[in-house]
Amino acid sequence: MIGIIDYGSGNLSAISTLLEKQKIDHVITSDIETLKVMDKYILPGVGAFDPSMKTLRESGLVDVLNVEVLEKKKPVLGICVGMHLLADGSEEGTVSGLGWIPGFVKKIQIDPTMPPPHLPHMGWNSISTISPHSEFFKDVDEKKGFYFLHSYYFSAEDSDTVAATVEFSGKLTCGVVKENIYGMQFHPEKSHQNGMMLFRNFEAL
Amino acid sequence: MLRSRIIPCLLMRKRGLVKTVQFKDGKYVGDPINAVKIFNEKEVDELTLLDIDATAEGREPDYKQLRDVAIESRMPLCYGGGITTAKQASDIISLGFEKISISAAALQRPELIKEMAEEVGRQSVVVTLDVKKSLFAGDGYSIFTHNGKRKTNQKLNEFILKAEEYGAGEIVLNNINLDGMMTGYDLKLAGNVRSISKAPLTFIGGAGNVSDMEDLIQTVGICGVGVGSFFVFKGRLKAVLISYSKPERLAF
Repeated sequence: MIGIIDYGSGNLSAISTLLEKQKIDHVITSDIETLKVMDKYILPGVGAFDPSMKTLRESGLVDVLNVEVLEKKKPVLGICVGMHLLADGSEEGTVSGLGWIPGFVKKIQIDPTMPPPHLPHMGWNSISTISPHSEFFKDVDEKKGFYFLHSYYFSAEDSDTVAATVEFSGKLTCGVVKENIYGMQFHPEKSHQNGMMLFRNFEAL
Repeated sequence: MLRSRIIPCLLMRKRGLVKTVQFKDGKYVGDPINAVKIFNEKEVDELTLLDIDATAEGREPDYKQLRDVAIESRMPLCYGGGITTAKQASDIISLGFEKISISAAALQRPELIKEMAEEVGRQSVVVTLDVKKSLFAGDGYSIFTHNGKRKTNQKLNEFILKAEEYGAGEIVLNNINLDGMMTGYDLKLAGNVRSISKAPLTFIGGAGNVSDMEDLIQTVGICGVGVGSFFVFKGRLKAVLISYSKPERLAF
């Protein structure tokens, strides 16, 4: 059973609806006891880094998640700002992140010598997956890619944790994996078939 | 590589969908949930829903209907109509929408753009400008609100730059003259706006076939390609039939 962590940020209903359509067992919850009995977690997030991280800390769920994720090694998938929260911190704010995957969230720098991408990075973009993490993207059409909507990205400290990249004014990390911890910049819940495959792969872990 | 977004733009009126010509004569074209189901199957890039009566009637968005739409949708959603506060925007984001469009309220009080960007993030703030050609306006276009009925005094280029400075993540240009005409986009407007703006842009008004979309992308590069009539009507007699298509090089 997947627990979608309801800490007051993020578009939970879209994720839940998609899991439902895939008949993937899940609950949306902010209850500590319920979270403890889950096998896996999805950490959503929209908006800015600081408000999201503050809301997560205020929800009182960080301690229990640290135990379940870091000690018991239960899989967790952070989406969009939920991915950013896995990092140590962000240029977008001053609050420290969960620190589960070493890295820092940075603003995308536009390279003026390249054809003009305009911030935010908005729309469908192809991705490239990186072995040995490609297994998580099994049956995903990389060329078709995913829907992106962001101005900040996860800059991983350890290149071994980079699972996927996207071309936007240079090469940006858009997927990170460290052991049982997964973070995706794009929106699988709004990426049609590819998104569904990704959730299925997460369920199958 | 990042691709242009081909975006069906649906107009909500009295819980149904309509399609207008030059912002008038809304013809009923179906039910929003049914349309969303069809567009899910077609795997569309993004979907825009505009409640065209909310601002004119001075009422709030229909949250119940938006919830129903969001539950059904597997594609990115943008909503516009009747938004006057950052709180409303954030409520609709949590229903499962990605982007919130403001128009009349932003023109009246640009600070709303800032407030929304702080609340939901710049990437989710869309400023939509309904424009009409005008000989007397400085930039050749006047900006209208309330379904094209009220002319504002704002200058187009100046307001676009202001909106971006205040935190708009996307600017949408909707050409009233071309609405429902299916004669091609206003490429001159598109090119001019692209040359001054630093944000992602979407253009609505004029799409009559796939090569119109291609022309727009050739003119401005990667952009949002808003489509109304062409995706809801079929044939010369405009029979209602929801469809979706895009230039071949964008189809995967």
